[in-house]
Amino acid sequence: MKLTTKLLAASAIVSATGAFATDLEVTHWWTSGGEAAAVAELAKLFDASGDHWVDGAIAGSGGTARPIMISRITGGDPMGATQFNHGQQALELVEAGLMLDLTDVAEANDWKNKIFPSTLLDACTIDGRIYCAPVNIHSPEWLWLSNKVYEDLGLPVPTNWNEFVASAEAVRAAGKVPLALGNQPWQSNLAFGAMQVAVAGLDNWKAVNMDKNMEVAAGDAYAAVFQAAADARGLAVGSNVQDWNQATNLVITDQAAGQIMGDWAQGEFAVAGEVAGTDYTCLPGLGLNAYLSTGGDAFYFPKLEDAEKEEAQKRLAAMIVSPEAQVAFNLKKGSLPIRGDVDLSAANDCMKKGLELLASGNVMPSGDMLWTPDTQKQVEDLMVEFWMSDMDPAVAHERWVDILSNN
Amino acid sequence: MSSKPMRKRMLRNVNAKIAAIPMIITTLVVFVGGTIWSVVYAFTGSKLLPKLKFVGFDQFDRLWSNSRWMVSIENLMWYGIFALVFTIAVGFLLAVLLDQKIRFEDTFRTILLYPFALSFIVTGLVWQWLLNPELGIQAVVRGMGWTSFTFDPLYTPELVLVGLLMAGLWQGTGFVMCIMLAGLRGIDEDIWKASRVDGISKWKTYLFVVIPMMRPVFITTLVIVAAGIIKLYDLVVAMTSGGPGNSSQVPAMYVYDYMFQAQNLGQGLAASTMMLLSVLIVLIPWAYLEFGGKKRG
Repeated sequence: MKLTTKLLAASAIVSATGAFATDLEVTHWWTSGGEAAAVAELAKLFDASGDHWVDGAIAGSGGTARPIMISRITGGDPMGATQFNHGQQALELVEAGLMLDLTDVAEANDWKNKIFPSTLLDACTIDGRIYCAPVNIHSPEWLWLSNKVYEDLGLPVPTNWNEFVASAEAVRAAGKVPLALGNQPWQSNLAFGAMQVAVAGLDNWKAVNMDKNMEVAAGDAYAAVFQAAADARGLAVGSNVQDWNQATNLVITDQAAGQIMGDWAQGEFAVAGEVAGTDYTCLPGLGLNAYLSTGGDAFYFPKLEDAEKEEAQKRLAAMIVSPEAQVAFNLKKGSLPIRGDVDLSAANDCMKKGLELLASGNVMPSGDMLWTPDTQKQVEDLMVEFWMSDMDPAVAHERWVDILSNN
Repeated sequence: MSSKPMRKRMLRNVNAKIAAIPMIITTLVVFVGGTIWSVVYAFTGSKLLPKLKFVGFDQFDRLWSNSRWMVSIENLMWYGIFALVFTIAVGFLLAVLLDQKIRFEDTFRTILLYPFALSFIVTGLVWQWLLNPELGIQAVVRGMGWTSFTFDPLYTPELVLVGLLMAGLWQGTGFVMCIMLAGLRGIDEDIWKASRVDGISKWKTYLFVVIPMMRPVFITTLVIVAAGIIKLYDLVVAMTSGGPGNSSQVPAMYVYDYMFQAQNLGQGLAASTMMLLSVLIVLIPWAYLEFGGKKRG
C-alpha cells in the first residue's frame, strides 16, 4: 500500500512538472562517449528554452535502433522526435502520412538559404514539403594513416591512395598490416564506397549514382574501381578485428599503416591523444578526388494528435538548425555543421579540411539519399562476399551492376 | 440422483474449456493468423510498410537467385546434418554410459545438462572467446610453448561451421542425453533379464532391442533438435554475425536483415515462408508417424 501511494505521488509530481513545459521524447542511437556529450548539448538548449527533452537513446548501431523506432511509429506509439540518416530510410513513413510537415518552420527560419549544401534539404523534401531537420554531416571517404609506420620505414607518408598501395609492400615486409579493416559487413561496403569516387572520378560517380546510368556502371571506369578494391582486399589480409574502432586502434598503435573510415574515426585518435598532422594524417577522398559525400543525421517528427506537442516539435526543429545548436553539437561530435554561416574555429586539422571542402562545394549526396535501403543492403552483402573471399573482380562488377539495375 | 455426477463432470469440462479459451484464441490469432498473414504478404511488393500489391512469385525468384540465401541454405544443411547426427549419437552414448548404474550419476547428469541452462547468446559469447586466436585456446597452447599451433575456426571461412558446431553440440547434447536417459529408464528390466538369459551381449541388446523400442523417444528428439536447427539464429549472431564474409550466414539472419535493415518486408517474408515450409517438412512426417501410427495400432 505504501509503495502504491508513493508511486502515485511520484507520478503526480511528474505530471505536474509536465504541465509547465511540454515533454518530448527524442530517440536516437548516439551512445558512444563523444556522441552522448553532443546530444546532451541539444538537450540542454531545448530544456533552457522551457520545454523538456526526454532522452530515448537506443544502444547498438542504427541497424539495431531503426527497427525499434519504425515499429514504434507504425505501431501507434510514436515518440516526439527521432533520428534517421537523411535519405530514403523514412521515405515510406512520410508517404504513409506518419510524419509531421515542417514546411512552415523551414520557411519561417529560411532553411532554404541557410542550409548548406542544399542537397541536405533536398533529402528532407518530399513532393515539395519538408519533413526533417538535418543536424550534422558525416562523410565516409577518408583515408587515415599512421605517420610513425612510415617514419620507421624511412618512407614519406603517402599523399594519395596510389602511393599508399605502392608503399604497401614495404609495410608488409616490416611485419605490419597495410590496411586495417574490421570484419563487420558495413565496413567493407564503406571502403568500396570511398573508392568509387576516388578511383572512378566525380563525373562517373554522378552518372551512376544520380542518373542511374548503367552503361557507365558496367564500363571501364568502374572496372578500375573493382580492381582497386581487389588490391585493397589483399592489403587488408591479416587484420583480424571486428569493430571499426578496433581497426582504428591498429592504426593508432602503429600496427597497421592505414584505414578507410568515416570522419568519426578522428574521435578515436583524439581520445588516444594523437595530433592530426604529426601523429596521423587524414586524406579526404583518399587523396585522389577530394570529394565528400554529405550523408549524416536528421531529426524526423512523427505526427502526434496533440496540438501542444506539435508546437513543441516545431520549436525543437527550429532549434536543431539554429547556429547555437549547430556549433555546440558538432564541436562535441566532430561532425560538420549543416550550415555555412557558423564559426567553428575550435575545430582540428582534419575537421578544417572537411570544412574547406564543404565551403568549396566539393560535395556530393550520400548513398542513403540515392539508393533504397534494400539496394544498399544487397550491395553490402555482395561487398562482404567479395572482400572476404577470392571472388574475381569482374564477377563482382557484373553482379553489382545487376543489383543496381534491378533497383 | 444420477444427474448430480453428470452435471459435475459437465462443469469440470466447462472449467477446462473456459481455461483453454485464451490459449485457443492466442493460437488462432497469433500463430495461425500471423502465419497466414506472413505467407500472404510474401507475395506482395511490400517495402517498409505492408501493402497488398501482389507481385506473384517475384520475391521467391529473387530469393532463390540470391547468393547469400543460397549460402545460408547450404550452411544450414551442413550444420543441420552434423548437429543432428552428433547430438543424437553423442547424447545417446552419454545416456548409455550414465545408465550403467555408476556412482555419482546425479553429479554427472547435472554437469552434462548444465550447458543447456545457458542461452545461445551466452554460449556463443563464451565460445567466441574460447576460439578467439588472441585470447582463447590458441593463445593458451602457444603460451605453453607450441608456438606454431593455429586454431582459429571463426576467422577461417572453411572452418567457421566447425566452430559453430562445437558450441551448438556443447550446448545441446546434455538435453538430448536427458531425454535418452528417460527413454532408457523406461525399458522394462525384464527385457534385460531375458537378453542376459539368452546370452546376448550388452551392446547387441542396445543396438537391436533397446534402440528399436525407443523409437518414439528418438523421433521426438529428432523433431525437437531439427526444429531448433532450422531457427538457428542467436548462436550465429553472438559468435560470428554471419562472418567471415558471408560464410556462416543462416536463413533466419537473412529474414531479419531484409525485413528490418533493408526495409523489404516482402523479401523477408518470402524467406520466412521458405523456413516455415522446411519446418513443415520436418513436422508433417513426425505427426504422421506419431498420431497416424497410433490410430492404426
